[in-house]
Amino acid sequence: MTKRNMWVLAIPVMIAVVLLFAGSSRVTASNSSNDQPSGANTAVNIDNFVFGPQTITVPVGATVTWTNKDDIPHTAVSTDGVFKSKVMDTDEKFSYTFAKPGTYSYYCSIHPKMTGKVVVQ
Amino acid sequence: MPHKKQDLIDQQLQDLNDDGVDRRGFLKCMAWAGTGLVWTMSGGIPVSRAFAKSNGKDAGITADFSFVQISDSHIGFNKPANPDVTATLQVAINKINAMPHKPDFIIHTGDLSQLSKPSEFDTLDQVLKGASAKQLYFVPGEHDMLSDNGEQYLERYGKGTKGTGYYSFDHKGVHFVGLVNVANLKAGGMGSLGHEQLEWFEDDLKGRSASTPIVLFAHIPLWTIYPDWGWGTDDSEQALSYVKRFGSVTVLNGHIHQIMQKIEGKVSFHTAMSTAFPQPAPGTAPSAGPMKVPADQLQKVLGITDVNYMVSGRSLAIVDSPLADSGSSASRNGGSLGELTRSFG
Repeated sequence: MTKRNMWVLAIPVMIAVVLLFAGSSRVTASNSSNDQPSGANTAVNIDNFVFGPQTITVPVGATVTWTNKDDIPHTAVSTDGVFKSKVMDTDEKFSYTFAKPGTYSYYCSIHPKMTGKVVVQ
Repeated sequence: MPHKKQDLIDQQLQDLNDDGVDRRGFLKCMAWAGTGLVWTMSGGIPVSRAFAKSNGKDAGITADFSFVQISDSHIGFNKPANPDVTATLQVAINKINAMPHKPDFIIHTGDLSQLSKPSEFDTLDQVLKGASAKQLYFVPGEHDMLSDNGEQYLERYGKGTKGTGYYSFDHKGVHFVGLVNVANLKAGGMGSLGHEQLEWFEDDLKGRSASTPIVLFAHIPLWTIYPDWGWGTDDSEQALSYVKRFGSVTVLNGHIHQIMQKIEGKVSFHTAMSTAFPQPAPGTAPSAGPMKVPADQLQKVLGITDVNYMVSGRSLAIVDSPLADSGSSASRNGGSLGELTRSFG
C-alpha cells in the first residue's frame, strides 16, 4: 500500500473521530440524537439475530458498516436489490455508501425474520 | 416438577397409544401406523439404553427396514460449545455403523456445512464415506446455499433433483419426498417452499394410493414451532393439504437442533437433534444462536434419529438417540422433557 493510499484511508477515520465528538456533545445537549442524521452513528451491529439499531438514520453520502457479532453467519440484503452483502461470519463486516436519500429496507437472507432500515436524509 | 412433567408425558403417550388418533381410521387406511405411532420415547430423549441393546425383540423393534436421519452437521463451525463438529459427526456415523439392524439408507436433513465452502463439503463427504449405509439422501439447509444460490450444493448433492433440489423416491412401498424450504426466503418471513415446488409436489403425489405411507423431509420444520425465531415454513399448510388423504404421513425436519414432536390427525411431525451443537428451546434465550453446554454434556444433546418401519405390525418407531449414552439419569433429560411437553401442548 502506498503512502498516498494510507492517507486516503486515514481521512474518513479522522472525519469519523471528529463526528464522534460532535455526536456525543449533541447527545448531552438534546438527549435524542438517535433519529437525527449523524455521520458518527453509521455502525450496525448484528447481535443475537437482531440488527442494532433496527432503523438507522444517516446523511446522504454516509457509509454504513454492518458487523456480525453472532456465532452464526448473517447477511444484510436490500429488499429492493440496492445492496447485498457477502455472507458475514463472526466479526466480519460489510459496508455500503448511500449516495441518494431514501428509506432502504433490508433483511438477512439466511434468517429473513431479521429486518432493518437505513433512512438516508 | 419432574414428576408432574413425567405424568403429563405418560398421559400424552397413553393418548397416542389409545384412540387419540382414531385407530380405526388408521387401520382402515392400512397405514403403517397400526397403534398410532410407536414413539419409542421412554420418558424424554430416551432411549439410548433401549437403543443400545436393541437386538431385535428386546427393544420391540423388528423392523422390515429402517433408515437413519442425521441433521445439522454444520461442518466448519468451530466455536463453543463444539470446536470439533467433524469429530461429533464421526461419532454419529460410528453409532450408525454399530447398529444391530443395518439401516437401508441415511437421510441428512440439511445444514451439512456452516458456510457452503467447498472444503466443508469435502470434509463432510470424507466422514460420510465411512458410513456402512452407502445410500444417502440430502436436502439443503440455509447454510448450504449461502453465497451461490446453492449451485455448489446442487452440483454435489442435488444430481437429478428438480428446481432448488427437491425430489422423491420410493423404498419398499414407502414414498419419500425431499423438500427444499431454505431457498429464496422473503424479508420478514420464515421457511418457504414456493409456488413452483408446491405444484411439483402436488403433481408428485397424484395417482398414488392413499394407503401409501408418505415420509416428507425438509430442513426447516414444516409446522410452525416458533415464528419469532423463524421456526416454521410460511407455505407448509398448502403442502400438508396435499397429503391429507394419505393414511400415514411422517414429517422429518432439522434446523432447530432439538427434538420436538407433534401429531396432527394422521400426520406426525418430528425434528432431529444436530450432530454439531444444541440450540435453546423456543423463547428460552435471547436468540436461536448455539447453546453453550459443558464439554462433558455435549454429546448428550447431539444425536441421530433411527426410523424403523414394520410392514407386518404396520407400525413406525422413531428412536432418537444421543451420541453419548446418558445412562439412567433422568435429570439430564429434563430439558428435553420440557420440549416434548411443549410440543404436545
